[in-house]
Amino acid sequence: MIKINNVSMHYPGTGEPALEEMSIELNPGEFLFLVGPSGAGKSTVIKLLFRELLPTKGQIYFEDKDIAAYKKDEILQHRRRIGMVFQDYKLIKQKTVFENVAFALEVLGHSPKEIQKKVPEALQKVGLSHKEKAFPRELSGGELQRVGIARAIVKNPDLILADEPTGNLDRDNALQLMELFEKINREGTTVVIATHAWDLVDRMQKRVVALAGGKLERDEKGGYDHE
Amino acid sequence: MNRYAFRYSMRQSFQSLSRNAWLAILTSGMIAISLIILGGFLLLTINVNQFIHTLESNVEVSVFLEEGVNVGEVEDRIRNLEGVAGQTFVSKEEGLEDFSRTMGDPTLLRDLEGENNPLPDLIRVQVTEPEQVAIVAETVQAYPEVELVDYGEELVARLMQITSRLNALFVTLGVLIALGAVFLIVNIIRLSVVARQEEVVVMKYMGASNGYIRFPFFTEGLVMGWTGTVAAVTVLGVVYAQLTSAFRQDSLILLFQPVTDLERLLPIFLGLMIMGTLMAGFGSFVSIRKYLRV
Repeated sequence: MIKINNVSMHYPGTGEPALEEMSIELNPGEFLFLVGPSGAGKSTVIKLLFRELLPTKGQIYFEDKDIAAYKKDEILQHRRRIGMVFQDYKLIKQKTVFENVAFALEVLGHSPKEIQKKVPEALQKVGLSHKEKAFPRELSGGELQRVGIARAIVKNPDLILADEPTGNLDRDNALQLMELFEKINREGTTVVIATHAWDLVDRMQKRVVALAGGKLERDEKGGYDHE
Repeated sequence: MNRYAFRYSMRQSFQSLSRNAWLAILTSGMIAISLIILGGFLLLTINVNQFIHTLESNVEVSVFLEEGVNVGEVEDRIRNLEGVAGQTFVSKEEGLEDFSRTMGDPTLLRDLEGENNPLPDLIRVQVTEPEQVAIVAETVQAYPEVELVDYGEELVARLMQITSRLNALFVTLGVLIALGAVFLIVNIIRLSVVARQEEVVVMKYMGASNGYIRFPFFTEGLVMGWTGTVAAVTVLGVVYAQLTSAFRQDSLILLFQPVTDLERLLPIFLGLMIMGTLMAGFGSFVSIRKYLRV
């Protein structure tokens, strides 16, 4: 599904590269943790996969097509196949839970009928059916992130990219979210999560790609630190 | 954008206007204030121009005739000149009467009546445009029947000088104020966009097209701009109407008649409305650009 081929990323005006000659492949339906300390290059990988950034060296193939060569319309299509989950949730404060999730479908021009069907389904999956009329300010951190996940999955994406999704949550909430991601993954969606929550990674026992200083250190199934 | 996306986008505009009502009211208010300043200045300008024009138009050309010439012939020639609005013949007898009256005692100049009247016959010529005064005077001076032409050259020259200076000043100030208003409106709108940049970023991450993101901001900009201009035009209209009626009732200010004809007022009011609305739309269109580069 995704092939990262010898990719380096150098932000303008910085000395060290954020990512150095990284190569990995990702198959459909996989669950992958990107781990490493702050500044290791995890977020850079997420941004590269979303095509928010272009690599300074190397290529990223999405279904055998180099995403750097995408035309404007293809970039939109690419992003529409990806569900993004953020550490700071990025929910719109003035919209209710239902409206925030529906927003992802409205943007893509889905019919009101589809929206009325799909949004409650997505909210049910994340266990927030009873909160659809609430505004973000009325929700806890864990609930906010669930809305974020509902928004990401409501359009049935092929890939979920989550950047530190549990960064602002306590351990119990974080664990519940990871289980939710696992459930989504079992239904066939590929999931990539950037995190430094080692205990959760250890517990999940999924494929782990470890980065340090922009370099790929380890790529194997198991826990956070598999020395 | 398909029809659903268009509908959502429209709904989004009105939803965010009502949910960010205070921001919208503040924005419209600021737009209104900047347009009131500009509009007020423009109204002042056309009134000052009108006042000067009235002063200049009141300047007459006095044509003193030689003794015993055919007055009707001269009048005909003057009538056919370009820029002549009208003329009044004042015979030497009438001239003497007027003069006696201004002296305060009609009997005082009795000795000068009839054969002894030293005054020449006179034609007072009114012109359509102040610029015509000198030209008409010069042309008429060349007639053999004319002894002397007088029109207060210095006054006219002075008025013309003041007018051209005032015009230059008003144009410069007008351009500066208009630029200021444009700058202000665009920046007010920019602030309202900045306040909601998070929303733009979210839309971008959802895979929204640039058009979809821009549209609600553009319509919101237009609505806020339009509300602001309606408020500005209403305030200006009401205040101006009050001021003009106050001026009219004040008999002391006879010379100054404020501009009230719609032909000259309407372009100002319409211009303000179009400018305010378009600038706000343009402002939001430009402001959003920065956040679309995700």
